[in-house]
Amino acid sequence: MGNKADVWQGTLALMVLKTLETMGPLHGYGIARRIEQTSGDLLSLNYGTLYPALLKLEQEGYIKSSWGASENNRRAKYYELTKAGRTQVKKEAADWEQTTAILARFLSPAEEA
Amino acid sequence: MPNLPRALRALWLRVRGMFGSGRVGGDFATEVESHLAMDIEDGVRAGLSREEARRQALIRLGGLEQVKIAQRERRGLPVVEALGRDVAYGVRTLRKNPGFAIVSILVIAIGIGANAALFTVVRSVLLRPLPFADPDRLVMMYGHNPDDPDSRNVVAAGDFYEWQKASQGFEQMAIWRWSGYNLSGEKNELPEMVSAAYGSWNIFTTLGVQPILGRSFTAEDDRSGANRTVILDWSLFKRRFNSDPTIVGKAIRLNSQTYTVVGVLPSGFTYPDAEVQLWTPYRLEENPQNIESHFNHMGHVVARLRPGVSIEQATEEASGVQHQLFLRYNNAGPVVKAVSSQPLVNDVVGEVKKPLYVLMGAVGCLLLIACLNLSNLLVARAAARRKEIAIRTALGSSRARLCREQLTESLLICVAGGAVGLVLAVWATRWLTTRWVDMPRAEAVHPDGVVVAFAVGITLVTGIFSGLLPAISATSSSVLSALQDASRAIDGSLARATLRKTLLTAEIALTVVLLVCAGLLFKSFLRLRSVELGCRTDNVLTMKFFLRRPKYEKTGRIAAFHTEFLEKVRGLPGVEAAGLTNVVPGDGYYGDTPIEFPEHPPLPPGVHQFAIYRTADPGYFAAMGIPLIKGRVFTEDMRLTNDKYIVINQQFAREFFSNEEPIGKHVKVRWESDPGDSYEVIGVVGDTLYELNRPVKSMVWFPILSGNPVESVDVMLIVHAHADPAGLALPIQKLIAQMDPDLPVSRVLTMEQIVGESTANSSFSATLVLAFAGLSLLLAAVGLYGVLSYLVTQRTTEIGIRIALGARRGQLLQLVILDGLRPALLGLMLGIAGSVAATQLIRSVLYATRPLDAVVFVSVIATLLLVATIACLVPAWRAARVDPIQALRAE
Repeated sequence: MGNKADVWQGTLALMVLKTLETMGPLHGYGIARRIEQTSGDLLSLNYGTLYPALLKLEQEGYIKSSWGASENNRRAKYYELTKAGRTQVKKEAADWEQTTAILARFLSPAEEA
Repeated sequence: MPNLPRALRALWLRVRGMFGSGRVGGDFATEVESHLAMDIEDGVRAGLSREEARRQALIRLGGLEQVKIAQRERRGLPVVEALGRDVAYGVRTLRKNPGFAIVSILVIAIGIGANAALFTVVRSVLLRPLPFADPDRLVMMYGHNPDDPDSRNVVAAGDFYEWQKASQGFEQMAIWRWSGYNLSGEKNELPEMVSAAYGSWNIFTTLGVQPILGRSFTAEDDRSGANRTVILDWSLFKRRFNSDPTIVGKAIRLNSQTYTVVGVLPSGFTYPDAEVQLWTPYRLEENPQNIESHFNHMGHVVARLRPGVSIEQATEEASGVQHQLFLRYNNAGPVVKAVSSQPLVNDVVGEVKKPLYVLMGAVGCLLLIACLNLSNLLVARAAARRKEIAIRTALGSSRARLCREQLTESLLICVAGGAVGLVLAVWATRWLTTRWVDMPRAEAVHPDGVVVAFAVGITLVTGIFSGLLPAISATSSSVLSALQDASRAIDGSLARATLRKTLLTAEIALTVVLLVCAGLLFKSFLRLRSVELGCRTDNVLTMKFFLRRPKYEKTGRIAAFHTEFLEKVRGLPGVEAAGLTNVVPGDGYYGDTPIEFPEHPPLPPGVHQFAIYRTADPGYFAAMGIPLIKGRVFTEDMRLTNDKYIVINQQFAREFFSNEEPIGKHVKVRWESDPGDSYEVIGVVGDTLYELNRPVKSMVWFPILSGNPVESVDVMLIVHAHADPAGLALPIQKLIAQMDPDLPVSRVLTMEQIVGESTANSSFSATLVLAFAGLSLLLAAVGLYGVLSYLVTQRTTEIGIRIALGARRGQLLQLVILDGLRPALLGLMLGIAGSVAATQLIRSVLYATRPLDAVVFVSVIATLLLVATIACLVPAWRAARVDPIQALRAE
């Protein structure tokens, strides 16, 4: 567990949005597990921090929630993207790709030469 | 990526979430429950025991309660919620005790209101820059006598033109003089006397002001014999000419002569004061002899410093020029030695600065006293709630939280007080500016955003200042001791009593300082009020008019007007006596004239003698009640060319004829002709003051019936009536209208009004400071009473025991009174020490009153002791009447 990275401030929201885009409606626990799996277990996610982040996204209107039944027939709250959320995830993903691309150029300048 | 609409939507939902109505995020407990259940099931499936799976799930979640709190905080706005809770709590405690709340709010409101009002006035009058371009570079220049470091004299035009020529430090330099015109009606309007000024052509460019209509003066306008031009002030343009822009280029009649209006000044322009309503060119209006003269000091010089040049450098340079002039011309007539200067704004603000700062200091003291008082009351209330606070601390309330609650309470009081105070301030500001006679820049005084910010600022400071001490003291004692001293212990509350006594001591000390200053100001005002002018002031009406050229040019015409007019006035019913002069006592310096004494040995070259210049008709002295000491006054035949007679006052006789008989001696006065005229002294009259708070000066009267077209056209009629003279104003004005319908009259005032004008401001500020001091005294008394009542309540048991053990009631009375008087006496001593320092600061606004006036100090001490004793008596009496059985049973 020692060399897992913490989730950077601000990236959690994008991870949640992207997860929901890929997986469709999902409950909080599912989102958390999915993020861990996607990161190849490299990320250490404190599940508790996920819920305020979900609430913030919901307040901003990017996701909406509804109660449903889980795989084990348990009552669970499912989150899904709204239309605004779909637009937002594209926009933020594009921004991130651009940022990382720029950073990549700095980190391995040899390719330029 | 911040997205404003989304952020606002989130904020809105959180605000709704605060009140529990947010749709989002309900049922969070269920959600977390299902989350945990799923996590545990996964763990069990992976082969863990149920307990271990639950443990790991909780670790991964980061604690159930913590998550719930984080979620709750995201749902609402936690900062606002906490504040709301504190405010609600504060309001509840205040409402439980409305008397306390109302009194505190009122006290703070008065403090904040008075401060905000004074700040408004001080800011607008003293601090705000003048409405000119680069006002920092504008300075006022004066003739200066190095022997008197404060001397600032008006400037001779000849000197001014030399400075202008030689000085490098100034970009521009302009000269102006007060003036006044009879403005004739064009279409049946009444004639009107308007205050005016005439200035060198560059006066407006020097100030950096452009006419809003038309043009400024040009050098072409500013010469003797030029076409007559005039620039109107906005108020005259609006009032008299209905804001008609076509007036520019048209002609108006001033002193029966035609002037072309070339421009109109913008509405904010009120230099040198708001009364000046039109401007004419300097050289056009000034007597040609005066333009060249280095001896006739009558001009005001305003100059604009070159950028980067300091006021000292530039003044030094002009002073050098002036010194050369002094060396060259002083033998021929009086020339000033040097030049001094000060920023223009100081000149405009003038004498109002000191009294305003004194008032500002007084209201600052008042607010501080109000703060201390509130603080004191809060300490008392905190003491009463000590047990509640102890219990809450025991139950886990943090100290910061309790402090915050206390602070919220004092802030609530202060915010309410501040709101009331701000309303009060708006009203008080208006009242102040209208009551203050001749306040400079009064038109610019109004509350604005900065004033509101100031009020909000002092409100918060007041709230924190008065709340912090009680908050800290209330929460500092250990929980245990508070809970323990439920019964007989008295010492527990002693520390708090000490704190209250300290606050009280400070309050009393400040009150003493205020009382002493108020006493001194009031005494100074009484002195000023009771000064004898040296003449009659009751039932005397005055009226001013100017006989202007060209209509009144011939001496015969002028003297005939005076004689006929006086005859008619004296014939009116109710008139006891009437006379003519140029200036009545108490109405100002006006002007002086250089004099020489042919019978005396000649003075060393360069030394000059002066006397204040006045005119009078034969009946003036009797009508005005100025006693004749020696010789005789003018007679009817001392008129026209037979006018070489003068009357002098006693001071003149003392100063210039100390060891000889003045009657029959001669005084030479150089008018515009060089050899000058010799006048025979025919009488000596009693001294009169030219201004109430100034010393007596030598004064000389010339016969007004000479009809001299320069000196005797400037007329003040005085009428001594049988009874109230106000009713005579209209008949006399009608008389004047009959004799000359084109002649306007101004300054229709009674002597009492003239005297009142000069004492009005000192009476005003003295009364205000006295009112503040009285209020502070009341606050201090209330504070003293409160502390003592509290102490007596605290010591009821002890007193009961003492009585049970045989203490006499008289002893108890003494005990409590002494207990209360101790902080009062200490405060008194500190206050006296403070007053000694404070009175030095107000020394310069006092008239004929020493800063360490024994009467004032003794009466302040007596008043304070009396009030303190009365405040102590009630609680002491209550202590002495304690029923020992009741007291002991109350435990």
